[in-house]
Amino acid sequence: MSKIPVKMTVNGRAVDDLVEPRLLLVHFLREKLNLTGPHVGCETSHCGACTIDLDGMSVKSCTVFAVQAEGAEITTVEGMANADGSLSALQEGFMQEHGLQCGYCTPGMIMRAHRLLQENANPSDEEIRWELSGNLCRCTGYQNIVKAVRYAADKLNAQREAAE
Amino acid sequence: MTDATEMTQEEREATLGGIGCARKRKEDIRFIQGKGNYVDDVKLPGQVFGDFVRSPYAHARIKSIDTEAAKAVPGVLAVLTAADLKPLNLHWMPTLAGDTQAVLADEKVHFQNQEVAFVIGEDRYAVSDGIQAVEVDYEDLPVLVDPKQALAEDAPVLREDVEGKDNVGQGLRTHPNHIFTWDVGDKDATEKAFSSAAVTVKEEIFYQRVHPCPLEPCGCVASMDPIKGELTLYGTFQAPHVVRTVVSLIAGLPEHKIRVIAPDIGGGFGNKVGAYPGYVCATVGTIVLGRPVKWVEGRIDNLSTTAFARDYHMTGELAADSHGRITAIRVHVLADHGAFNAHAQPTKWPAGLFSIVTGSYDIPAAHIEVDGVYTNKAPGGVAYRCSFRVTEASYLIERMVDVLAQKVGLDKAEIRLKNFVTPEQFPYTSCLDWEYDSGDYHTALNKVLEAVDYRGLRREQEEKRRNGELMGIGIATFTEIVGAGPSRNCDILGIGMFDSCEIRIHPTGSAIARLGTKSQGQGHETTYAQILATELGIPSDDITVEEGDTDTAPYGLGTYGSRSTPVAGAAAAQAARKIKAKARKIAAHMLEVGEKDLEWEVDRFKVKGLPEKAATMKEIAFAAYQNLPEGLEPGLEAVNYYDPPNFTYPFGAYLCVVDVDRLTGEVKVRRFYALDDCGTRINPMVIEGQVHGGLTEAFAIAMGQELTFDETGNIQGASFMDYFLPTAVETPVWETDFTVTPSPHHPIGAKGVGESPNVGGVSAFSNAVVDAFAHLGVSHMPMPHTPWRVWKQCAALGIGE
Repeated sequence: MSKIPVKMTVNGRAVDDLVEPRLLLVHFLREKLNLTGPHVGCETSHCGACTIDLDGMSVKSCTVFAVQAEGAEITTVEGMANADGSLSALQEGFMQEHGLQCGYCTPGMIMRAHRLLQENANPSDEEIRWELSGNLCRCTGYQNIVKAVRYAADKLNAQREAAE
Repeated sequence: MTDATEMTQEEREATLGGIGCARKRKEDIRFIQGKGNYVDDVKLPGQVFGDFVRSPYAHARIKSIDTEAAKAVPGVLAVLTAADLKPLNLHWMPTLAGDTQAVLADEKVHFQNQEVAFVIGEDRYAVSDGIQAVEVDYEDLPVLVDPKQALAEDAPVLREDVEGKDNVGQGLRTHPNHIFTWDVGDKDATEKAFSSAAVTVKEEIFYQRVHPCPLEPCGCVASMDPIKGELTLYGTFQAPHVVRTVVSLIAGLPEHKIRVIAPDIGGGFGNKVGAYPGYVCATVGTIVLGRPVKWVEGRIDNLSTTAFARDYHMTGELAADSHGRITAIRVHVLADHGAFNAHAQPTKWPAGLFSIVTGSYDIPAAHIEVDGVYTNKAPGGVAYRCSFRVTEASYLIERMVDVLAQKVGLDKAEIRLKNFVTPEQFPYTSCLDWEYDSGDYHTALNKVLEAVDYRGLRREQEEKRRNGELMGIGIATFTEIVGAGPSRNCDILGIGMFDSCEIRIHPTGSAIARLGTKSQGQGHETTYAQILATELGIPSDDITVEEGDTDTAPYGLGTYGSRSTPVAGAAAAQAARKIKAKARKIAAHMLEVGEKDLEWEVDRFKVKGLPEKAATMKEIAFAAYQNLPEGLEPGLEAVNYYDPPNFTYPFGAYLCVVDVDRLTGEVKVRRFYALDDCGTRINPMVIEGQVHGGLTEAFAIAMGQELTFDETGNIQGASFMDYFLPTAVETPVWETDFTVTPSPHHPIGAKGVGESPNVGGVSAFSNAVVDAFAHLGVSHMPMPHTPWRVWKQCAALGIGE
């Protein structure tokens, strides 16, 4: 199958490659760029383990072709650490609040929660549950994931207040 | 000799991060940065992909398979069929249950999506093209999806390959589609109790076919080194050592030439215990091509082919006196095992540990009979987050106790308190011959009743009923049997179900421990280190825990049936005690006293009466490599293979409150209170997390999960479009509590907890839903309690509109 050139920015790094038009973005990230944080848990776009941030939106990368990401700004969980390399508030929150067990849903959860906190800095528990409902977890029962997001929101809000 | 002055004993204890502390998890740091290493992340030089052509039919004869067009597809490297595997004798493989299972369909397919051919190609896209180009000509045959019909006299014979055999590994067969009968208990005594009982109740209770459905599906990468003749098999294996032995037996490779590696596993819940055709085909593929072959199933493949759970058609009966004191239990089970008998139980137990069915109750007589049956469905019958068929057993008894309570007009808490095994009876031997190690069921239930104001809830329910509203209160007081198990009654393919731990203390006082189990999210790297920290006086942060590589870890039977803490956790403590015994000798030498003059304190041996004279474990570790008493070999290492003297018996009391909308059938869980007793608690944070997760899986099973089939054997709902996995929105908020009744035979008194919430949870939800209708004469409603089904119940009672 003939290949198409594609250019995008992934975790701040310019990427350009030749890909089959049918190549899914998740396979491009995982197998071409070796970013194995996004996981594949289904083929129907339900589980959310492959969630990434694409041009300021949460996107399930199993349902997007790599060529559709032409020119896009992409962040995966590998790009989530703070600029100084320390853990982001969300990553820290998941660890502190025991928001993960097997870890398979975690990269998608963190990326979805990241976008949520960009859009709503102070969500209620109910809002967190609704906003994460495109991401499935089989281990935690979500209760500690909600706490992890709350932890991050509180920490980021406190930092913002301190800066003001 | 030591720096004893700088910290108090309490401070030193806290520094250890040992048993009982809510230590943050060591494995998290890689997962939160996307640096886990799951099987699909494995990328070896020259690696290629393989995947299956699957049967659209549930029962059909294969007239021909044409692979020529597929082989011509660009990027396709090979196509395997049963005919290719036959010369290697790999077209069928033995199951753990004594039967055989087709690796690739041999002349016939027995269930929909069965593996028919294996296409290998340069990438997954080329493989997909190849799969579409394989031409299979089928002749469809009559299909059996109902196990009752499968036993009809004129039913079509499903397994022609075993036709005429009177035994397929687990006892005598009575019909061509019958697999075994398993019979336990005292039939005569039970019959006698029933014939003289003041009250008897009987209910048909179907525990539907469900699937463990971990978020990561099953997969493997097989890599043959043709020069050394060594096979490395990476895979989603809950029991990597068993896989190595099985591969050696099946493929005829010497076991020392096989290395099995289970990397990070994205949840297992029983799904990753068995051996699947993908593992065999990837292995053949790498041998044939000399390149590593990866196979990773999709979600539909996962839900429709690898290891379902339950599918138990149970008939439960209780006999009781007029006060509701149970005198006997009788159960018959028609067990739908699908096309091949490939359930994953200890080999001698065709119905697993189902005979724990007397539960938490002191019942004098019992008789159980289980008949296994073939149907045109996927093989399996694994324990989905439970110890071997314990969920089925617990569901049955917890439902039946409620049925009896309604019949005799007793409160559902009261009937339990009346029938519980009492604390004085422990160790308690049930009439089906299990020796319960410890328990205090009355305290557990009373604590829950008080916490939720049970009387208040019942008063509220009375009021609601008067207003025509439906509110239900469900109680489950379960006892589990976990930690398989003593080798006298548990083995897998003849290998006793022990487990193991090997510890090496490094000269500078840190350590590595390797175990025969395999975490799939349970947090072993964190919790085993806590056991070792307390036992050895070495901080848990200085202990690396490794599992899953058969070249380095000692042989063990793996992680399932809540056996890691009861068995490998015990091995860890015992291995540590061996090290401590040697450390004592070295300390005596260092301190120039006799061994008897020493006493242990947190992280050091002290000379009795001379507290300032002590040797810390760190100092002893260094001495072990340079300053030894004469005759003692250098080094500080130990290994323990632990054959448990008994199972452990975790228990709990759960209470669930639901409100049912009679117009829509929707069930809202208002409150769920879970009290667990898992004996000694190693890490309360991890325990609570496991309870949350187990309850959520129980909620899924009780309220929505079911794999159904139409009459032609099409599996319905085998994708996330239909199979119910609750999201954060549907999932209730959980309240947890605990009591601590240590196991008397376990080195640290721990019992295991991961599966309790699923075992107890399902009954609590189901009992709550039925309780909402109890005043209307309803004694049982089949799971799952979807709005449609619940509404149909309302409609049948004339309250649906």
